[in-house]
Amino acid sequence: MAGDSAASAPGGSGARPGRPVGRAAGARFRRLFEGGLLQGGVQGSPVLRLFLRWVRRPLLPVMRLWRRNIQLRVVATTLVMSLGVVLLLGFVVIGQVRNGLLDAKVRASQSQATGGFAVAKQKADEAAAGTGSGTGTASSTPDGTPIGDGRQPQSVIQWMSDLVESLSSGGAGAFDVATLPVGDDSGGGRSPRGSGNVNPTSSVPADLRDRVNGGTTAAQSYTEIVYANGKESQPALVIGKQVNDPNGRPYELYYLFPLTQEEKSLSLVKGTLATAGLFVVVLLGAIAWLVVRQVVTPVRMAAGIAERLSAGRLQERMKVTGEDDIARLGEAFNKMAQNLQLKIQQLEDLSRMQRRFVSDVSHELRTPLTTVRMAADVIHEAREDFDPVTARSAELLADQLDRFESLLADLLEISRFDAGAAALEAEPIDLREVVRRVVSGAEPLAERKGSRIRVAGDQQPVVAEADARRVERVLRNLVVNAVEHGEGRDVVVRLASAGGAVAVAVRDYGVGLKPGEATRVFSRFWRADPARARTTGGTGLGLSIALEDARLHGGWLQAWGEPGGGSQFRLTLPRTADEPLRGSPIPLEPKDSRRNRGLDDAGLPRGGGEKRATVPVQQGGARADALPARGQSTHRMTAVPAAADPAALPGNGNGARVVPRPAAGARQPEHRPAEDAAPGTGTVAREDSTESGEAFRGR
Amino acid sequence: MMSFMKGRVLVVDDDTALAEMLGIVLRGEGFEPSFVADGDKALAAFREAKPDLVLLDLMLPGRDGIEVCRLIRAESGVPIVMLTAKSDTVDVVVGLESGADDYIVKPFKPKELVARIRARLRRSEEPAPEQLTIGDLVIDVAGHSVKRDGQSIALTPLEFDLLVALARKPWQVFTREVLLEQVWGYRHAADTRLVNVHVQRLRSKVEKDPERPEIVVTVRGVGYKAGPS
Repeated sequence: MAGDSAASAPGGSGARPGRPVGRAAGARFRRLFEGGLLQGGVQGSPVLRLFLRWVRRPLLPVMRLWRRNIQLRVVATTLVMSLGVVLLLGFVVIGQVRNGLLDAKVRASQSQATGGFAVAKQKADEAAAGTGSGTGTASSTPDGTPIGDGRQPQSVIQWMSDLVESLSSGGAGAFDVATLPVGDDSGGGRSPRGSGNVNPTSSVPADLRDRVNGGTTAAQSYTEIVYANGKESQPALVIGKQVNDPNGRPYELYYLFPLTQEEKSLSLVKGTLATAGLFVVVLLGAIAWLVVRQVVTPVRMAAGIAERLSAGRLQERMKVTGEDDIARLGEAFNKMAQNLQLKIQQLEDLSRMQRRFVSDVSHELRTPLTTVRMAADVIHEAREDFDPVTARSAELLADQLDRFESLLADLLEISRFDAGAAALEAEPIDLREVVRRVVSGAEPLAERKGSRIRVAGDQQPVVAEADARRVERVLRNLVVNAVEHGEGRDVVVRLASAGGAVAVAVRDYGVGLKPGEATRVFSRFWRADPARARTTGGTGLGLSIALEDARLHGGWLQAWGEPGGGSQFRLTLPRTADEPLRGSPIPLEPKDSRRNRGLDDAGLPRGGGEKRATVPVQQGGARADALPARGQSTHRMTAVPAAADPAALPGNGNGARVVPRPAAGARQPEHRPAEDAAPGTGTVAREDSTESGEAFRGR
Repeated sequence: MMSFMKGRVLVVDDDTALAEMLGIVLRGEGFEPSFVADGDKALAAFREAKPDLVLLDLMLPGRDGIEVCRLIRAESGVPIVMLTAKSDTVDVVVGLESGADDYIVKPFKPKELVARIRARLRRSEEPAPEQLTIGDLVIDVAGHSVKRDGQSIALTPLEFDLLVALARKPWQVFTREVLLEQVWGYRHAADTRLVNVHVQRLRSKVEKDPERPEIVVTVRGVGYKAGPS
């Protein structure tokens, strides 16, 4: 199941291209991140893997878009990077602003606090020295109560309260004052007190108190002012110092400077920066989008036009504006398209001219040939009235005219193929009908040669979409060749259909083919043995035309042969036109080849699925012996040394496979068709094992 | 057997040597040939000679063979056999569609030509009084007429033969090869395009909707048969 879902996933994503990408992109990326994390963290658990796949699946369209869309990538990268830059810049700026603001505040606060500490010290001194001597008595003791003699705690308490009151009154809310006892010595009026409802104990941090108590100098720290009356606490700078009271005992005096104003300024700056940063990021993204669009749009246009060009719409051109690089791309592209169009047009013209020429030659040659032909026939009819020499001449004239005619016809046919003017007129035909006609047409020749033509595998209809005229021409050629070279022995025409293919194999038991000849038989004007007499006056173009005919159908025409063991020519056609062939229902090497017979005698399994050959191949039979074949090739290779069999295969095995597909125009690699027949096409005979066996043997 | 011996054949060909040779062969077989070398004069010659059959070269000076074929067919159902140097699909099909009954590719043997001409002339002497129905058509074989609801439909002799062949055995599916043999008189398999083209021509005349034939029904992969009456 897991494999299925994985395999189908890309298809699934492709089926939903219209899905809005932006939707929940954040969530997706988070999930992607989780996925990655999980993937890295836990491996091997199938449940987890399934889960990950399930998680990743909705992400696939996004990832696909990411891979395919350069604009998206550039914009996203720009956004991420500018966001980083803006954030960094923001932190730096905010830090600097805060430092500047605080520096000023700290300096002002320090001078304020220093003054306050001095005043507190002075007041304590004055209170200790007595009332009369001080000049600032009135200011230090606003109510005028003499406290000089008051060494009583009560007066010190009052003094302290007055002190806090008077110190804080100068600040007008800009700061608060608090006192705290040193250590836990809270007696003698040194209990904590603060102005403006400040809660001194919780507002002054403990470590500052330690520092204040540790020395006689002033110390400072940042803190949160906590108010006793429930007012919201706020950040503040606190400066403290240990001071003596009138009794000479130390207490801690703190100045608390709220930073409300600075806080406000800072948040204003922060807000401004954030807004500006957001704008910058968004604008940068938009700019990137626009810029990339300028570049990408022409590139996309070029891609689209290139696609249309390659689809054959040669008049397509790019729009060129300006003189920039994009315009140069467009110009170069258009020039290329222009040249391409020109060349193709030239070739088409050439091809048309050639076709026209062929057609003209055809007409020009044929009309006088018709006259000659008819004249020769008239003369031939009347030859009995001639003297023997003239009569024989008339016979020769008629015979050679036949030959001339068929040669001309073949030449024209071949040049029609070369010009690409051959058109397939495929319709469903029963190959048995064609075979019957061909065989009955070849009977007279077979009788003269003393051989019989047998047809096998014609119990069921063998129907394929094919051009009856061409198939008949191919088969006539094969059968006549087989009778010609069959040395008077039987010729077997075998039909079969399986999978998406039908095949007709023509087997003879004559001279066969020498190694390497299996490919050469299809060459134009090739003759197996130049010295051999020919009785039917073949043109030497028959098999070439047959090959072209097979190719036109998208089929194969292949030859197999062994010297002295006869040969087999096999025509394989797809059952429906346009369907690629994957295999043939009939093995190329017949079951009664010398090698297969030799293997039989040795008790070894034969290659190539013999059952298929004896009966018209039905699906089960083909499958049954198709599968074990793979293992046999190596087996056979070791069992039968190459030198032991004189009836070695033509060439090195690739001689046996000659026929390429028409569309590709190139020769197929030896093993292709069978390799293609992998799972699901078990009904088609697999021949790779046979072929490889041949290849081994040939070396 | 006497009728075709006296057959008048109009040879439309610009190649004088070939025309003369054709004349020799045709006279030798008992036909009465007449000749015209120019496409423009072909129609006038046809009207004057009133031939039983026309041998028509496709490539002619002046009006080309296809055009001549169309003109003759427009005013007569006389059998037309094309002489063509091109067996390419398009030329042959265009020739057949313009009204030719049969074609013969150069170079041909005299016997082949004569056989083809006789096959085309033969049909004129089998007047068996016979009435056939096919679909909603009534065929009077002897009277050589086809009627739908009393209205007669003009068919060429070949189209008539094709229709009669199908109507005689409405239960049988005819392969193209069988039709070639029965209607055209081919012994061996020949170009099945002959059948296709003429079935199309026939349908265009007798079918109410040639796109959905009811008289001549295609049996896919096999051939044709008569539609149910």
